[in-house]
Amino acid sequence: MTETSSTLLDRATEAAARRTPDGIAKRVRGLSDRMVAWLFIAPTILLLLAINIFPLIWAIQLSFTNYRANRPNEPIKNIGLSNYSRILNDADTWIAMQATAHFVFWTIVLQTVIGFTLAYLIDRKFRGHAFWTTIILVPMMLSPAVVGNFWRFLYEPQIGLFAYIVSFVTGLPTTDIQMLSNVSLAPWSIIIVDTWMWTPYVMLICLAGLRSIPDYIYEAAEVDRASNWRQFWSITLPMALPFIMLAVLFRGIENFKMFDMVNLLTGGGPGSTTEVASITLKREAFEKWRTGYSSAFAIILFVAVFGLANIYVKVLNRVKSR
Amino acid sequence: MKKLFALFGALGVAATMGLGSGTAAKASELTLCWAAWDPANALVELSKDFTAQTGIGMKFEFVPWTNYADRFLNELNSKGKLCDLIIGDSQWIGGSAENGHYVKLNDFFDKEGIKMSDFVDATVVGYSEWPKNTPNYWALPAMGDVVGWTYRKDWFSRPELQKEFKEKYGWDLDAPKTFDQLKQVAEFFQNRDIDGKKVYGASIYTERGSEGITMGVMDVLYSFGFKYENPDKPYEMEGFVNSEKSVKGLEFYKALYDCCTPPGASNSYMGEGVDAFKSGQVAMHMNFAFTWPGLQKDEAVGGDKVGFFANPAGPDGEQFAQLGGQGISVVSYSDKQEDALKYIKWFANPDVQKKWWSLGGFSCLKAVVEDPAFPASQPYAKTFLESMAIVKDFWAEPSYASLLQASQKRFHDYVVAGQGTAKEALDGLVADWTEVFEDDGKL
Repeated sequence: MTETSSTLLDRATEAAARRTPDGIAKRVRGLSDRMVAWLFIAPTILLLLAINIFPLIWAIQLSFTNYRANRPNEPIKNIGLSNYSRILNDADTWIAMQATAHFVFWTIVLQTVIGFTLAYLIDRKFRGHAFWTTIILVPMMLSPAVVGNFWRFLYEPQIGLFAYIVSFVTGLPTTDIQMLSNVSLAPWSIIIVDTWMWTPYVMLICLAGLRSIPDYIYEAAEVDRASNWRQFWSITLPMALPFIMLAVLFRGIENFKMFDMVNLLTGGGPGSTTEVASITLKREAFEKWRTGYSSAFAIILFVAVFGLANIYVKVLNRVKSR
Repeated sequence: MKKLFALFGALGVAATMGLGSGTAAKASELTLCWAAWDPANALVELSKDFTAQTGIGMKFEFVPWTNYADRFLNELNSKGKLCDLIIGDSQWIGGSAENGHYVKLNDFFDKEGIKMSDFVDATVVGYSEWPKNTPNYWALPAMGDVVGWTYRKDWFSRPELQKEFKEKYGWDLDAPKTFDQLKQVAEFFQNRDIDGKKVYGASIYTERGSEGITMGVMDVLYSFGFKYENPDKPYEMEGFVNSEKSVKGLEFYKALYDCCTPPGASNSYMGEGVDAFKSGQVAMHMNFAFTWPGLQKDEAVGGDKVGFFANPAGPDGEQFAQLGGQGISVVSYSDKQEDALKYIKWFANPDVQKKWWSLGGFSCLKAVVEDPAFPASQPYAKTFLESMAIVKDFWAEPSYASLLQASQKRFHDYVVAGQGTAKEALDGLVADWTEVFEDDGKL
């Protein structure tokens, strides 16, 4: 039998009341335990309503209008689903979505593969592994603004270190290595930076997964004379999979709304090659000031991320329950 | 306990008094909003005289160019009280007038005897009037600006380069008079070794995010015959924006970008251009005139090493340049409009305007720029005058931001990313702009 949400809430309230020290309960006379519990969570709920739920409802309402924030004196007209239809029929929207999908797919693939590999190596607990773990984590600790700016210099064809290294390896002149200007290379330049910065995060989650596998399972496998390869495929990977999937979920959601790095490195260019959905959204909302239109665009993105994340979580739960 | 109450009471009174005195101090202090650039520093210096004369303090809110429009248009749209005075971009005038962000200045000008005929005509139309070419004034021309060029005079005057250039192109290496010549000069210098360093032809605007590539492309397109609309039928753009001549102009800009710019210069605007020139990377440099005083003073490339020339002529001899610059307006949401108007009155004074020019600002007052001594007052003064005589500006409609973003995308897609043809880019631009004007109910 499934529990209803009110039953769960009652239980949570009771649990909170039980944990409330007697001293507090005595001091707040005249209030029931349930009321005290509500008092404690009220600020959080109010904050959530004010900064999440209310703007969301307002954005949904605006998405059906022609409202423009830079024309406060113009009458606001309800235009039904017109904004949604224009967005979904606009070729540029789909180009931005393709750029986003390309970015999300490759960053997740690279970060998962490299992150898991690093976690697997670090988990071997070799000499100095703690030091190397710290070093690997450094990029993740930096501000995206700093990372974006210094990679822009690293990519600089005339003075950038990246161009010199590629030139040294390939023999091409440095001035030919134009990572941010070349239409084919620009999307990869952002993928490289994001992978460099966020692989440690994936590594950390995978490491937690690897360390959660009890040693006795490996010991049993040793007794059964299972090879290292067999142990990896039959024990390590399946047991770490929920953690890997969790890392993929976090990075997927984060990269779907990627803005800062793209804005700093390419600004969406050259042309519109790296114009991911969030850059298009920013341009519509704060450069063209099409508030109603951009609200509709934001809702479409929200529904897409929410829908995909929900499907993914269901798969994740299925994997966990196996 | 009583002591504790007394202590808190005293602190409360002190805090209240502090707040009170803070409010009193603010009453005699104006906040002026502008971009963070060299002329802004000159204005800070200049405004000290205003404070000395009136006792009104000046506070400044300067924002880098890349965030300037976002930041201040947001401020105006949200009816913020941060800025009492704002030096807003020329293209904002339509939206700011129609949406009530700026105070209309006609009555004030009449009362104080400030005549718009005393200012350079192009700057009055560009920075003050809305609708254009009507006597409705929303700003006082504050900072004249225009896109022009600087070049390495020292490189151009080297005998061996002059000889080689003459042999190759058949004319003397000098500041180009036409865009054809400009491209020849740029090609000549591209990848050339000068003093053991590889240099490049020219730095031009290619920035994608704000307005960069549009300012650069328009600067060339005007002289090739580009027109925004049918002069007899407003907002009719087919055959004007995408005319044969416009297509040629856009193709020229792409050819110049492909052949003669430094590697990786796919997102260059004012700052990147200055850096390229100052670091000795380029022979020529497209930029707004406000950069000229700084380049002239520069130890490495300034003085005798730098020369200035107005935007060259197109294939049919037409010669225009992209207008920059701004007017100063009083923000209608300010509580200190009276003091702000006092500042405008003071700023319009000819003596103040003279000092403004001497400090590095670009005055728009005829008494300053038409002074016989003006062309010789600075090495770039003559070029500035020549350039201001040929200006054209981008749309200043309330929808200018949408119009600008459309051109940014179309131009960058074609020029930098190499997608499609010039004709397709301009046809697309006509479609985008038509949609904007349809949304506005103007078509």
